[in-house]
Amino acid sequence: MEYQWNWGVFLLPSAVNDGTYLDWMFAGLKTTLVLSLSAWLIALLFGAVVGVLRTVPHRGLSGVATAYVEMFRNIPLLVQLFFWYFVLPELLPAGIGNAFKAMNPFAQQFVAAMVCLGFFTSARVAEQVRSGINALPRGQKNAGLALGLTLPQTYRHVMLPMAFRLVVPPLTSEFLNIFKNSAVCSTIGLLELAAQGRQLVDYTAQPYESFVAVTVAYVLINVVVMLLMRKVEVVVRVPGYLGGK
Amino acid sequence: MFGSYEFDWSSIPGAMGFLGQGLLVSLEITGLALVAGIVWGTLLAMARLSSIKPLAWAAAGYVNLFRAVPLVMVLLWFFLIVPKLLENFLGLPSGSDVRLASAMIGFALFESAYYAEIIRAGIQSVPKGQLAAAHALGMSYPQAMLHVVLPQAFRNMVPLLLTQAIILFQDTSLVYVSALADFFGAAYKVGDRDGRLVELVLFAGAIYFVLCFAASQGVRYFQKRLQTA
Repeated sequence: MEYQWNWGVFLLPSAVNDGTYLDWMFAGLKTTLVLSLSAWLIALLFGAVVGVLRTVPHRGLSGVATAYVEMFRNIPLLVQLFFWYFVLPELLPAGIGNAFKAMNPFAQQFVAAMVCLGFFTSARVAEQVRSGINALPRGQKNAGLALGLTLPQTYRHVMLPMAFRLVVPPLTSEFLNIFKNSAVCSTIGLLELAAQGRQLVDYTAQPYESFVAVTVAYVLINVVVMLLMRKVEVVVRVPGYLGGK
Repeated sequence: MFGSYEFDWSSIPGAMGFLGQGLLVSLEITGLALVAGIVWGTLLAMARLSSIKPLAWAAAGYVNLFRAVPLVMVLLWFFLIVPKLLENFLGLPSGSDVRLASAMIGFALFESAYYAEIIRAGIQSVPKGQLAAAHALGMSYPQAMLHVVLPQAFRNMVPLLLTQAIILFQDTSLVYVSALADFFGAAYKVGDRDGRLVELVLFAGAIYFVLCFAASQGVRYFQKRLQTA
C-alpha cells in the first residue's frame, strides 16, 4: 500500500470543529513557548540564588545549596514531573491541594509542568553560576574585602556583575534544553507541540506530515534561540576575556 | 506541612520482583544505548572531522537535527511510525511486535548524536602531531585512528562519557511513552493498580536518586584519580 502524501491536511477543519489542524499546531507551539519561557524565569531566579549560595564560605548555606542541586540533578525529569502533578497535591494541606485540583485540567497541567521544568533547570543554571563565580580571579574578591567592603557587598558590587556576564554563553545550551525538555510534559496530558503532533496522527492518519511539521517547529525554535542568544552574548561579553573585544 | 494523606507502603514489598525486572530493563536499555551510541557516535565523529566534505556535512546534519528535537518526540515516532514503515517495507504481517525494538533503536540513534559531540571533542584534544607521527611510521588512516588517536582520545573522555551514561540512565525513564516496562514504567503500573501512585512515585524517585548520586560520586572520585595519575 502506497502512502498518500497530503500536505493539505493542515488546512482541513479539525474533527471537533475548533478551527483547522494548523490551528492545533499553532496552539501547541504557543503552549510550548509560554511554558518554556515562564519556566525559564523560575530557573534563572532560583538558579542564580542557589548558585551564589554554593560559593559562600558558610557550611550550612552551601550545604543546603549542594543538596538542592544534587536532588534535582539525580532524579529523572519524568519522575519529577509526576511528583509535582500527582504526588504533591496529595501531600499539601487539604486547602491548597483541593484548590489545585479545583482548577481546570489545562491549568493544573500547565502549573505543574512550569514549576517542574523551572526547578529542574534551576539546578543546572546554579551549576553554571557557580562555575562562573569560581572562574573569577581570586584577587577580585580579596581586593573587594581589602577595600573594606563586607562579603555581601563584595558579591553585590564586585563579583556578581562579572560572574553573571561570564555565565551567559554556557546558559544558552540550558535555554535550548528547556524547550526540548518541555516535550516531556506531554506525558501528563499537556497539549504542547509534541502532543498536538501526536493528536494529529490519531485524527488524520497522516503521520509523516505531522512528524515533519513538529520537527521543523523544534528546529526553528532552536535556530531562533541561538541567533537571539548570540546577540545577547555580544552585548554582555567582557572585554579582555575569551570572546571579548 | 503534610496534609491528611495517609501513607501505605504495603504494595511495594510484594512488587519487588516486578520492580527489579523493570530496573533490569532500564539497565539493559542503558547498556545497549551506551554501546550503540559510542560505536555509532565514534563513526559520526570521524565522519564529521573527515576531509570529504559531503560526509562531514551529512554527519553534522544528523548530529544537529537529533540535538534540536526532544527525545520524547523521537521515542514516540519510532514507536508509532517506524513499525508501520517496516511492516510495509519488509512485508511483515500486520501486528508483528517490532515496536519495542524500534523504540530501542530510536533511543540509540538519538543518544549517539550526543556521544558524537563528546567523542569529536575528545579526538580534537589529541595533538595533531600524533596523527602525523603515525603516518610517518607508515600506518594507514584507519590504523592510526585505531591504535594511536582513539585510545588517547577515549582516555581523556572517560569521565564525560560516564557522566553522559548517568544522564542516559535517567533518560531511559522516557521509554514510558512507548509502553516499555522499564523501572519507572513498572513503578507506575504498580501504583496505578493499587491506587498508591504517591508512594510508588516517591519510591522510584528515591531509588533513582540513590543510584545516580552514587554513580556520579564514583565518577568524581575516578576523575580525581585520573588527574593525579
